[in-house]
Amino acid sequence: MAIIVGEATRLVIQGITGNQGRFHCARMLEYGSRVVAGTSPGKGGQEVEGVPVYNTVREAVERHGANASVLFVPARFALDAALEAIDAGIKVLVAITEHIPVHDAMKLLFRARSRGTVVVGPNTFGVISPGKCKAGIMPGAIYSPGPVGIVARSGTLSYEIANHLTLAGLGQSTVVGLGGDRVVGLSFVDVLEMMEGDPETRAVVLVGEIGGTAEEEAAEYIRTRGRKPAVAYLAGHEAPPGKRMGHAGAIIERGKGTFATKVEALRSAGVPVADTPDQVPELVKRALAGGGG
Amino acid sequence: MKLYEWAAKDILKRRYGIPVPDAHRVQTPDEARVAAEDLGGAVVVKSQILSGGRGKAGGIRFAASPDEAHGLSLDLLGQRIRGLEVRDLLVERRLDIRDHLYLGLAVDGSARLPLLIFSTRGGVDIEEVPDREIFRRPLNLEEAQRPGFWPKLMAEAAEGRGLSAGVVAKVAGVAEALYRAFVENDAELLEINPLAVTPEGEVWAVDARMTVDDDALWRHPELPRFEEGTPLEQRVKALGLSFVELDGDIAVMANGAGITMATIDVLARFGGRAANFLDAGGGAGVEATAAAIEVLLGTRPRAILINIFGGIARCDDVARAVVQVKEQKGIPVPLVVRLAGTNQEQGVEILRQAGLMAYQTMEEAARAAVAAARGG
Repeated sequence: MAIIVGEATRLVIQGITGNQGRFHCARMLEYGSRVVAGTSPGKGGQEVEGVPVYNTVREAVERHGANASVLFVPARFALDAALEAIDAGIKVLVAITEHIPVHDAMKLLFRARSRGTVVVGPNTFGVISPGKCKAGIMPGAIYSPGPVGIVARSGTLSYEIANHLTLAGLGQSTVVGLGGDRVVGLSFVDVLEMMEGDPETRAVVLVGEIGGTAEEEAAEYIRTRGRKPAVAYLAGHEAPPGKRMGHAGAIIERGKGTFATKVEALRSAGVPVADTPDQVPELVKRALAGGGG
Repeated sequence: MKLYEWAAKDILKRRYGIPVPDAHRVQTPDEARVAAEDLGGAVVVKSQILSGGRGKAGGIRFAASPDEAHGLSLDLLGQRIRGLEVRDLLVERRLDIRDHLYLGLAVDGSARLPLLIFSTRGGVDIEEVPDREIFRRPLNLEEAQRPGFWPKLMAEAAEGRGLSAGVVAKVAGVAEALYRAFVENDAELLEINPLAVTPEGEVWAVDARMTVDDDALWRHPELPRFEEGTPLEQRVKALGLSFVELDGDIAVMANGAGITMATIDVLARFGGRAANFLDAGGGAGVEATAAAIEVLLGTRPRAILINIFGGIARCDDVARAVVQVKEQKGIPVPLVVRLAGTNQEQGVEILRQAGLMAYQTMEEAARAAVAAARGG
């Protein structure tokens, strides 16, 4: 089964004629993802890597049954492109684009919620269900199919951990990049809920970092409703107290958001936290052997 | 980008009609005296720095006369407050304040919406005010623009807090204007603290703080530009790299914010201390990577640790950058490189030909960097 993307996913690449879009279109095809169309306003009629290019997402949906979009459109135009995809009925929007203004992200997600569109990102490496569909910019070769779900805030750090798991013989069901921005479509809790309902996922690895309260919320979810075993790695133990967002940030986070509070929340929810990335496979093996799933 | 108090208040007053006490921005004690004379004598002299907590750090003083304003300015100008040099002062008319309110807007990552925060216990101790005294409400983007929304919301926020209906109506007017300012200026944070209520029931924005989303600055040519960070941090930022100076002696570069933080953590676990946080980004090419390595050399570390997990970034590009810097500028300190992922073999080979070795895991590399920094 896997979550978010799988065998039935038919991708449209928004911004397919740009450098990034073109390069990653080839990588996704190589991996075996079904890239059925691309869009680039004014460039309809062209082809990229054999994939037909249209002016609008609607055409890609109508002619090729596209149901998920991978968005590479530059930040200044990303909001309009994302709204176009949502309004065209796209079910999963993977927003790779970095530096989308936060107010644009809030507008985008507000509309997505009202239409029931799942948004991965912005500023994400994407989502991959190994062996089935790669919708993003992650290096496909480091993954293998298997029972471990990964949900991560940070791209490269999650590659590091996926690679350790694969080398240890622990394949992955789905790997989700939440996105590095402050406002993103999916939270750890959203993905944990999906993974709870996915028969293929037997254990979950959370890759978090300091700042925000998403890890604490994940810990609370696991403590109260989680049935599958979870393991975590967090980055930022040595980070100096970050830029404070004025009083408002302190009021919102209130004793949350630090490395110590996150580790404490996770451990008290029964989630072991690895000290270094290379410890993750051992913790996952123990979690799987401990009868989870 | 953070705005100075004077700039934030200028925007709130001029463009949004929010009442702000009369004030003058000055740079010399003589100007401060003239400003105080103009404002009627009793003034507040406020250090303009891009940091909160100024009051508690002695950066905000009260003067009863123009002479006193002169003396205080002499003392404050050039002083360092919270590590930042005071170059400008805001000399402001002093108000008689009955209530200190807090009114703020921020981005709520959990709700993915703007968040209104309000309290009748504003002022310098707002962060210690108990949760039950703080009203918070994520704002529905459509509802927040409807007529009648703000009076209703602020009446709810102020209920049972002892404010008169007249004051609540004024606060609602300020909140509505503040929300417009928040949205129209792409603010990440916009707060008035205190929003002062005078005995006559007037409402004034006595202090304001505003942070504008760096990613949206391109659509705000009208806003002033202020730089933050150390001179070195500013220079590196201009290269498009993410850089923070730390106080250790091992220079660190990795590709991605998460893995850079993790590299610093792993280094510490093995007894080392990072001299900096340098995220070269996910897909830096040869030239950008070489520039980043030169930045590291400029910090005069005892060792350098480069940790690359190639995804979009390619190990061969990083290796070429390392060799380029080594050949053109020389690398006089121990250099530890870890390469894994995309084009790993090519990268390792390029380094080998230049007489350098590469580690396969970040844990091994971190251990080696710690040993190298200790001269072992």
